[in-house]
Amino acid sequence: MNKSRLTITDASVPRLPPHIKLRFDDTRQQWIILAPERVLMPDEIALAILQLCDGVATVGAIADDLAAKFDAPRDLVGQDVTNMLQDLADKGVVNA
Amino acid sequence: MTRPAAAMALLAELTHRCPLQCPYCSNPLELERAAAELDTATWCRVFSEAAEMGVLQVHFSGGEPTARKDLRELVRHAADVGLYSNLITSAVLLDRDRIAALAAAGLNHVQISIQDSEAPGADRIGGYAGGHDKKLAVARLVREAGLPLTLNAVVHRQNLQNLEAMIALAVELDARRLEVAHVQYYGWALANRASMLPTRDQLEQATKVVQAARERLKGILTIDYVVPDYYAHKPKACMGGWGRQFLNVSPSGKVLPCHAAESIKDLRFDSVTERPLRDIWENSEAFRRFRGTDWMPEPCRSCDQRELDWGGCRCQALALAGNAALTDPACGLSPHHADLLALAERESASPPPAFRYRRIGATAAV
Repeated sequence: MNKSRLTITDASVPRLPPHIKLRFDDTRQQWIILAPERVLMPDEIALAILQLCDGVATVGAIADDLAAKFDAPRDLVGQDVTNMLQDLADKGVVNA
Repeated sequence: MTRPAAAMALLAELTHRCPLQCPYCSNPLELERAAAELDTATWCRVFSEAAEMGVLQVHFSGGEPTARKDLRELVRHAADVGLYSNLITSAVLLDRDRIAALAAAGLNHVQISIQDSEAPGADRIGGYAGGHDKKLAVARLVREAGLPLTLNAVVHRQNLQNLEAMIALAVELDARRLEVAHVQYYGWALANRASMLPTRDQLEQATKVVQAARERLKGILTIDYVVPDYYAHKPKACMGGWGRQFLNVSPSGKVLPCHAAESIKDLRFDSVTERPLRDIWENSEAFRRFRGTDWMPEPCRSCDQRELDWGGCRCQALALAGNAALTDPACGLSPHHADLLALAERESASPPPAFRYRRIGATAAV
């Protein structure tokens, strides 16, 4: 088998694949992720991360951005961002 | 009574026509004829109404949804009104051009069923010569068209020995998801239960195979596992609870809380041709009958699981305990649970009878 698991690092450039849709749902008044046979409801932190996954910014840059925005320790934010994106990559919601 | 939350997904059973004859089909024994099917404009109106009431996803299903000549128009309309679309197909009627047309119309995802890991077994179970090879070819075309693919392996006592090979096939076909779905015993599957229900040992072995594959294939293949609850202690939250997340529209337009609900003969199901979809979801007798917890008898009524499993499955309560308003016998607290277990052990240990293949018109009593 030649396929391997995607590993998220500081240098990864995460993005949502075309078939994953992040949008605001007017009925439920919350952000949702539409995925194959799944609807995910991201919390505030996941949403903040996903909105920065534009296919240009690296994980490192996203962490810098969020650490500044929330006035939080960069190391901790970096770890949280990497872990969350790794989890989403494992579920097929994020590519890099 | 407060207004129920909006449905998440609509299962659109576009037709009951299907070239395959899988004996595990969960369609009702009384299949609807082509002449009774909703027309294109009515389906489009249903999708508009669904999006308007907050439904997020549409699953095109059947029968075989690609048997509808207007599938591309339906996909396009669903995309236009903002529904995320999923095609649940046997794949045997698809080719490169049709897949390209569906992708261009806005289809988001394709799920292809397989009946076994190799052609001889798969074609015997599906009752369709050449089906398996066609499915593999179409699965590759789906990926070439850039559409995400889920493989759905329906498993039972006559193919569980090939589960590892079915998982390997999903990886080889570049599916990102695999559903390992033990047969659920409704409709035709219920009529074929004695030839399909696994033994407890087979079930436990399959569960181990799935657990190991999930570890090994983390980040490569997501495996969803649907277990048969005849050996369970807790019932499944069928459909996430009656009238809570899903609605199903039959080929002729009847709106059902689940695809098997018509087995409950004393419920009346409204049609999209008579009443707005939202009104049916919120107010119809059939949806209100088992929604929430007010309908529950003991032991459900006082159970701390009642808002987790919602009393299990109503159709299963009817089929196995004789009354849709009872606790699902899959629950260890049901007075019918011991009978169910004994039945499962007896049937799964006996030689399997011949399949009763799913055919329109083949509805003689079992």
